[in-house]
Amino acid sequence: MSEEQDNNKVVYQAQSSETMGGSASPSPDMDYVRPAEIPEQDLYHGHSFITKWVFCQDAKVIGVQYFLTAVFTGIVGLILSWLMRLQLGFPEAAGFMTAEHYYQFVTMHGMIMVVYFLTALFLGGFGNYLIPLMVGARDMVFPYVNMISFWMFFIAVAVLMASFFVPGGPTGAGWTLYPPQTILEGTPGSGMGILLMLISLSLFVIGFTMGGLNYLITVLQARTRGMTLMRMPLTVWGIFTATVLAMLAFPALLVSAIMMTLDKILGTSFFMPTIIQAGEVLEYGGGSPILFQHLFWFFGHPEVYIVALPAFGIVSDLISVHSRKNIFGYRMMVWAIVGIGALSFFVWAHHMYVSGMNPWFGFFFATTTLIIAVPTAMKVYNWILTLWRGNIRLNTVMLWCLGFIVTFVNGGITGIFLGNVSVDVPLSDTYFVIAHFHMVMGIAPLMVIMGAVYHWFPLVSGKMLDEGLGKWHFWITFLGAYSIYFPMHYLGFIGVPRRYFEMYDSPYMASATGMNEFISMAAFIVGAAQFILIYNIIKTLKTGKKAGQNPWKANSLEWYTSTVPPEHGNFGERLPVVHRWPYDFSVPGAKEDFIPQTTPPSEVVHTKVEKT
Amino acid sequence: MADPKIEGYQFKPGFKGMASDTGSDQTMFKGVHWGKAMMWIFLLSDTFVFSCFLISYMKGRGSTLIDWPNPSEVFGLHVFGVDVPLLLIAIMTFVLITSSGTMALAVKYGYEKNRKMCGWLILATAIGGLTFVGMQAFEWSKLIHEGVRPWENPFGAPQFGSFFFMITGFHGTHVSIGVIFLFIYAYKVFAGHYDNKKRGWFTSMKGDYVEIEILGLYWHFVDLVWVFIFAFFYLW
Repeated sequence: MSEEQDNNKVVYQAQSSETMGGSASPSPDMDYVRPAEIPEQDLYHGHSFITKWVFCQDAKVIGVQYFLTAVFTGIVGLILSWLMRLQLGFPEAAGFMTAEHYYQFVTMHGMIMVVYFLTALFLGGFGNYLIPLMVGARDMVFPYVNMISFWMFFIAVAVLMASFFVPGGPTGAGWTLYPPQTILEGTPGSGMGILLMLISLSLFVIGFTMGGLNYLITVLQARTRGMTLMRMPLTVWGIFTATVLAMLAFPALLVSAIMMTLDKILGTSFFMPTIIQAGEVLEYGGGSPILFQHLFWFFGHPEVYIVALPAFGIVSDLISVHSRKNIFGYRMMVWAIVGIGALSFFVWAHHMYVSGMNPWFGFFFATTTLIIAVPTAMKVYNWILTLWRGNIRLNTVMLWCLGFIVTFVNGGITGIFLGNVSVDVPLSDTYFVIAHFHMVMGIAPLMVIMGAVYHWFPLVSGKMLDEGLGKWHFWITFLGAYSIYFPMHYLGFIGVPRRYFEMYDSPYMASATGMNEFISMAAFIVGAAQFILIYNIIKTLKTGKKAGQNPWKANSLEWYTSTVPPEHGNFGERLPVVHRWPYDFSVPGAKEDFIPQTTPPSEVVHTKVEKT
Repeated sequence: MADPKIEGYQFKPGFKGMASDTGSDQTMFKGVHWGKAMMWIFLLSDTFVFSCFLISYMKGRGSTLIDWPNPSEVFGLHVFGVDVPLLLIAIMTFVLITSSGTMALAVKYGYEKNRKMCGWLILATAIGGLTFVGMQAFEWSKLIHEGVRPWENPFGAPQFGSFFFMITGFHGTHVSIGVIFLFIYAYKVFAGHYDNKKRGWFTSMKGDYVEIEILGLYWHFVDLVWVFIFAFFYLW
């Protein structure tokens, strides 16, 4: 390699030459960072209440708007789960509920939690708030499009909620919306309900595409000086990769929603085979229900990782900050996120083993599914190795992170069972599957969300959440969630089927009745415990103690804004210049146990910082 | 295109350049406008939409029990007493591909700040697109007149009508949206909004001729998708 070709490398080595033994003396050259390539971003500053707080173009406000809307739908989903558990545990107390209601609740709970709550919260909420701050940008690159993105999501939620109030109620076809039964008359909500659901999903996809383009281009093209991809916090990596997945997976959902809408209102037969309803042959014929399953799960499986990858990223940052240690194997973590994202497009048919398929097809998908366990396990080991001999602060944030690791391992191991065709077939459609996916993509990401709320609330509001209340919130949720989902594994093994309204006196119910009552009690308590957080937030906003700048002593850029909470434009007069990764904690030789990303090498010549 | 000059950054050729750009700070695609990068990624996403449509079509056509209609007959025209297969489609395709050419020239003249030429060429592109949509409307009404419906048709498998109307309709919507934007941009070019950096109506961001190239990317994509639809619907 010639001298000339290697110029860029020389520049970067100069920045981090202090790693060479730690005995170098400061020189002006070592702090050199290339000048800015792009001119300052042109920002639209709102002046009226409407442009500042409603149709706002500031990514931070949009993030909070996304967050609050998602939490609202999440509470609706929580209430639906209470109603379901009431029916399952205490059917005599749920006399007002018919089987149709139950199916509607199951469907809406699933769709709300997966799409409108978790996806919107991680990408819309945390993505909007954190990406520009963490990469050192003034705002998202297309603030206007970003604003439209939120309002599309808002309309999608409004349409979804409207389906509760139309004749026939919301759809009751299960969140997977499998045809043909979804649009046949026997299914609850097969009229307006399913139509509004499909419209709402299409609006969500359109709105999300607008937001997703913003996240991707902000990460790729609007980082601050010195911020290389490999110096980004893992939170950004997780959200970025999840957004790539979303951009490629949501098209399949959009297409299947369009085709099903046409089947419903125009009487086409994309998904509808020849079918007899109430002794009468319908007009439909020649369509393929399996085609819908392929399209749906081509979206549905990456969707699992759209929720999981941001959680992986965020929890890595939280663990590193609160155990005062650099993340173990940063590059491995990045490649694991990217690898999981790529693999997630080749596993979708493991949701369809019971639909029947060529054994070799099942074999292929079982293999790819089990391969995903490799990068995932690497991440779990790295989290544990980050904690190992760390200076662990056992605060609320750390408790949530530890809860996440345990829950995720638990849910991941049952995933290995279900990834195998021969084990999956008998367990599919039982409570074992419910327990598996609630552990791995319900409770585990939720724990990360809770940890992230306790971690970043001081940044958003400038005040510290109450630790005592936070610990109560954690322990009730953690122990309660295990009380709910551990027994469900057993229920699945004895063969209790999922999605059944009523078991009557099936033989296995002899041992399952008491357990169902126990699970329901736990579900009521855990659900109620979530309101501790809402109480905590309201109390803190009124009387909480001031957080000040950087209360956790973290390194990443969001804590180094000109004001707390950050104003529009984030960083005041000058954008920060980045010299290192965000994980320089407890560096030998350093005055403090953290070195911010903005600290130039000349200030830390006598320390053993990592070369990043 | 030649690499842009970036202070303090050394461009390298080939894969080394790719690695060095990826590993550098600030931007991954050096000198690429934000909007242009956004359009490329949007088009990647849109490719998946059309792929899902076309794969569903292949599945539907492959598994039908009733014979698929013969495209040469269904899409043929009877002109001057002769049956010409695929005549209308050939003209439509020609018009659309030609409009891609005028669009490319418009981008070139835009960057040369040749306001008049750029404006006329965008207008020509818009008229090409409008002609395409008009001919598609003619084709639709001809088929509907002959009894083809989304749920049935006299020529064979009912899925023919479903997929045909859905996919050409979805593509036609893309063309129509493009035409609307072409007219708006033609107005903006003639009015000189890009020369004096006038702020946009909605986004209040400063205008620049790069927007013509971004719209051009979209337009070429719509043309490319048409080539695939043409191949799969009319030639298969």
